[in-house]
Amino acid sequence: MSFYDETLSSLHTKIKNKEVTITELTEQSFKRIKETDDKIHAFLTLDEERALAKARELDEQNADNLFFGIPAGIKDNIVTKGLRTTCGSQLLDNFEPVHDATVMNRLNEKNVVTVGKLNMDEFAMGSSNENSSYVAARNPWNTDHVPGGSSGGSAAAVAAGQVPFTLGSDTGGSIRQPASFCGVVGLKPTYGRVSRFGLVAFASSLDQIGPITRTVEDNAYVLQQIAGHDPLDSTSANMEVADYTSALNQDIAGLRIAVPKEYLGEGVDEGVKARIQEALAKLEELGATWEEVSLPNSKYAVAAYYLLASSEASANLARFDGVRYGVRKEGEDLLDLYKKSRSEGFGDEVKRRIMLGTFALSSGYYDAFYKKAQKVRTLIREDFEHVLNSFDVILGPTVPTTAFKVGENSNDPLTMYLKDILTIPVNLAGNPAISVPCGFSDGLPVGLQLIAKPFEERTLYKVAHAYERATDHTKVKPEL
Amino acid sequence: MSKITKEQVEHVADLARLSFTEAEIEEFTNQMSKVIDYAEVLNELDTENVEPTTHVMDVRNVLREDNVKPSLQREEALKNAPKQKDGQFEVPSVLD
Repeated sequence: MSFYDETLSSLHTKIKNKEVTITELTEQSFKRIKETDDKIHAFLTLDEERALAKARELDEQNADNLFFGIPAGIKDNIVTKGLRTTCGSQLLDNFEPVHDATVMNRLNEKNVVTVGKLNMDEFAMGSSNENSSYVAARNPWNTDHVPGGSSGGSAAAVAAGQVPFTLGSDTGGSIRQPASFCGVVGLKPTYGRVSRFGLVAFASSLDQIGPITRTVEDNAYVLQQIAGHDPLDSTSANMEVADYTSALNQDIAGLRIAVPKEYLGEGVDEGVKARIQEALAKLEELGATWEEVSLPNSKYAVAAYYLLASSEASANLARFDGVRYGVRKEGEDLLDLYKKSRSEGFGDEVKRRIMLGTFALSSGYYDAFYKKAQKVRTLIREDFEHVLNSFDVILGPTVPTTAFKVGENSNDPLTMYLKDILTIPVNLAGNPAISVPCGFSDGLPVGLQLIAKPFEERTLYKVAHAYERATDHTKVKPEL
Repeated sequence: MSKITKEQVEHVADLARLSFTEAEIEEFTNQMSKVIDYAEVLNELDTENVEPTTHVMDVRNVLREDNVKPSLQREEALKNAPKQKDGQFEVPSVLD
């Protein structure tokens, strides 16, 4: 059996009909990981013994729900009780959480089998996985190329058929960009839709956990399971969770699509542009209409984002001090201990962002940088509000390019940051967005991004599923 | 080119509880200057009458009942501590 030929519901049917045992399913996952992971390095930690023990236990029980016995991989910044959680950092090399994240509780109560923890840019800071302090994950479609980041391991694992689904996190595109690069489906929920409790914080006003899957249908099922209010996360939305799966198999006739001219302009590769235009034509065929619009403040989003995200990160990462957890480097006194533990534990990009954030928040610069960026954030939100008053979705590429080569951008932080220009504005505005495969350019996957009003994930799934049914893009698999 | 100086970078490093070699300070000064230069693009926008967004959701004062509930046991809380003594986190002496 291969996960490429299955969906969550087909696996569930096979489990229920005893065509496959959960032990076999779990073994299949580890077998595939062992066959492919020396090439793509999607996993940082495997939990084979416990996963197989749980699988054997579950084989004695009744498969009472869709997730029962399904193997999954979890991004390594989501805490898992008793299972090493490094955030891709040497500083947390020995960290074994003493509790589970809320999303883990949600999956565990349905008896998902966690097979391991997935590679990522250190503390989710990066767009290529090259900032992992362990080993850079690679793109299953071409291992000379990056899988994207920061949830690079989460996207690569699904694309490589190692697990049916994974969880990632998205602060400036960290689910959608690797999903686009690896040819899989990735959703960033509306800010507040999924609890952040147990997600190691990078930028608290932007971070969201979301699912990465091979199909739109599976994605809707996973979001359904992890979404909802959580008293342990005071920023989680206290409103009812919509029925996402009922948005599947719907007609999209009459759908109003907005295409921002800024999303198909300068800097977007011709091959990417061509695929997006084909997707647009396909959606038109299905009965949608579209108009060109403008999100005039898009070009300011990257600058505002790096100031805000780095500022929040500089505060959030203050907790890593070598005292309560993590790797400690002894010093002459307490201050020296802090400095040594942090300087030796954090990698360059993390230090760069802590420095930028500390600077932007420091006395004399706060108004000029931090507060200014917050005001620009308001303008960017208003751009989205304005367009989505008259349209159902905004459509464009997820990333201006396909996956770049390993090493191509790693020496120039600013160039790397600018690759996130189409995903970052959505985090600043808080809206939900999905990346779905829409074909290839020079042998590498291209992702179509759809953005909707806050809490309108249903609309995203409706459109993405209609598009997926009308095309074959999610059926292609990489040679590995 | 930007106004960031080496001295500023050293001051920020101290605030961030990070230490760097001379060469690293040089490099950070250079890289931070570039990013800050880039950030100045924001000044093209008139934001005089714009309210800042700190949070996209309008939530405030999320309160809960003050009920006693089970919490982490001391042993668990200390499980990841690099050094502990007498049921507490151990750090170098902070008083002479």
